[in-house]
Amino acid sequence: MSAPVYAPEAAVAPALSTRLARRLHRGRVLPIITVLAVLLAVWCAGTVYMNAPRSIEMLERQGPDWTFQQLLDATWSMDRPVVPTPVQVFTDIWQNTVEREISSRRSLIFHSWVTLSSTMLGFAMGTVLGIVIAVAMVYVRTLDRSLMPWVIASQTVPILAIAPMIVVVLGNIGLTGVVPKAIISSYLSFFPVAIGMVKGLRSPDPLQLDLLSTYSATRSQTFWKLRWPASMPFLFPSLKIGVALALVGAIVGELPTGAQAGLGARLLTGSYYGQMVQLWSALVMSAVLALLCVFAVTAAEKMVVAAHGGRR
Amino acid sequence: MVASVEDVIQPHSLDPADVPHPLVAMENLALVFGTGEGAVTALTNVNLSIKRHDFVSLIGPSGCGKTTLLRVVADLVKPTSGTIMVDGGTPEQARLDRSYGYVFQAPALYPWRNVRRNVELPLEIMGLPKTERQERSTRALETVGLAGFEGKFPWQLSGGMQQRVSIARAMGFEPELLLMDEPFGALDEITRDNLNLHLHELWKRTQLTVIFVTHSIPEAVFLSTHIVVMSPRPGRIVDVIECDLPYDRKLDMRETPDYLRIAHKVRDGLRAGHSYE
Ligand SMILES: Nc1ncnc2c1ncn2[C@@H]1O[C@H](COP(=O)(O)OP(=O)(O)OP(=O)(O)O)[C@@H](O)[C@H]1O
Ligand SMILES: [Mg+2]
Repeated sequence: MSAPVYAPEAAVAPALSTRLARRLHRGRVLPIITVLAVLLAVWCAGTVYMNAPRSIEMLERQGPDWTFQQLLDATWSMDRPVVPTPVQVFTDIWQNTVEREISSRRSLIFHSWVTLSSTMLGFAMGTVLGIVIAVAMVYVRTLDRSLMPWVIASQTVPILAIAPMIVVVLGNIGLTGVVPKAIISSYLSFFPVAIGMVKGLRSPDPLQLDLLSTYSATRSQTFWKLRWPASMPFLFPSLKIGVALALVGAIVGELPTGAQAGLGARLLTGSYYGQMVQLWSALVMSAVLALLCVFAVTAAEKMVVAAHGGRR
Repeated sequence: MVASVEDVIQPHSLDPADVPHPLVAMENLALVFGTGEGAVTALTNVNLSIKRHDFVSLIGPSGCGKTTLLRVVADLVKPTSGTIMVDGGTPEQARLDRSYGYVFQAPALYPWRNVRRNVELPLEIMGLPKTERQERSTRALETVGLAGFEGKFPWQLSGGMQQRVSIARAMGFEPELLLMDEPFGALDEITRDNLNLHLHELWKRTQLTVIFVTHSIPEAVFLSTHIVVMSPRPGRIVDVIECDLPYDRKLDMRETPDYLRIAHKVRDGLRAGHSYE
């Protein structure tokens, strides 16, 4: 048994810093910073480990007596590293966002926008498709049994196998650019929406449904006044998964297009030409993009929850 | 609870004398849930006739089929055999005509709607204009003592308050037949007395017909024109007790000999039903 920890510093600290500390403590800032710090440390250590063989080779060529400090410096400042350091990656991102014209082909903002636009279009299409499938399954008895196996089967096919097919087939009928990528996105993102909405539309309890029958409400009234609002707590978690999948779909969809624009293209050319810094920058940018997308869905969720009484 | 009761439900122009048929009539009604081994006979051999402007209480031990009987009248469940007529037609027709309001045993509020919008739900479905919806919901909420709570959401209310919202919801609907399943079960004695009085006044000044499920003998005797005593396994009617107290009733009437005599009769009926097991 350990004694309870007593922290006198906290008790006598000046007002400002206690307030700051309390806010850090109460909020989720501290855990996030901790996780981030650990990740960066692991990343830096990984950089040393992965880049060490080539750095040692280089140092050996200059002379036999090199220090560990020299090795560290060498692994962290390679021109074409196996794994770039955080500093290299963030410098590259800074140069290609803030310091670069948006119209430039090397601007990460430009590439992010290309990916984001097909993500959003595909997400919208997938959401509508998922909701339509869910409504059909809830309202049409025969579809309830027959549709679900196909919905599940659709997700067992690897998207990497389907993506080129979709791109080539649509390319042959003259559809290029954002639409094929959006279709791949919607192919991934409709699934969680459909699953969540089937459950959500079925969530009203029998008494809530009986109530509407005593008013002899129509089917569409039952849908809009009961099933739809009842499904909102199920819709938003699905949308968060859906938007992340839509982003994955957009990036995968950019791989077979000849890699002209988009974060997927940057990933592909980066790995093709061994430009690890470029590859990692694209990777970090897509993570940032995913965070922004999920954040936007969360914001929409908060608004709906507030309109629905502030508690789920 | 200040609103006068006439405000809540306008008297129907229909004169009960013009309508000879009973409002609700059941003959040899039976209802069995499930089949085979697990079958439960919820109702058997139910014969009951309810005239317009009757106030009929159903009383009986838990599980004797009171809720089931109300649900049959409301066309929420179909009887296995026997006939039932509501308002001269089938229960389904009565439901489609929106001729009854139903207060469920649980409040069944929609958690994403605030109190006012819960009360206005049936009015929205009927397609009433906004101003009328607001007038009606305001009056109904005043009657149940919830004026000022219009903007609250169900989770911000106590269980008894939620039940009162559901009563207001059925009152604002202004039906000619009111089905109430233990509406005051979750309330304290004083609030219950108050609402009993309000319900009695409401019934007295309109052509309202009420079927009222309760476990409380005093409540049943105070409100009813007829008390139907039921017993379980299988659920059936053991007695229908006429409750011939004066038309105009006050709460202090509960000490009069007539009142006590009827209450005694109901208690005896319930005992008899129990000893049958
Ligand atoms: N949907 C159902 N399926 C199967 N059995 C049911 C169903 N509903 C009710 N029952 C059975 O029917 C019988 C009567 O139930 P009911 O709900 O009508 O009782 P009640 O008189 O309202 O009781 P309480 O006073 O506890 O509310 C019970 O034995 C119950 O188990
Ligand atoms: Mg019951």
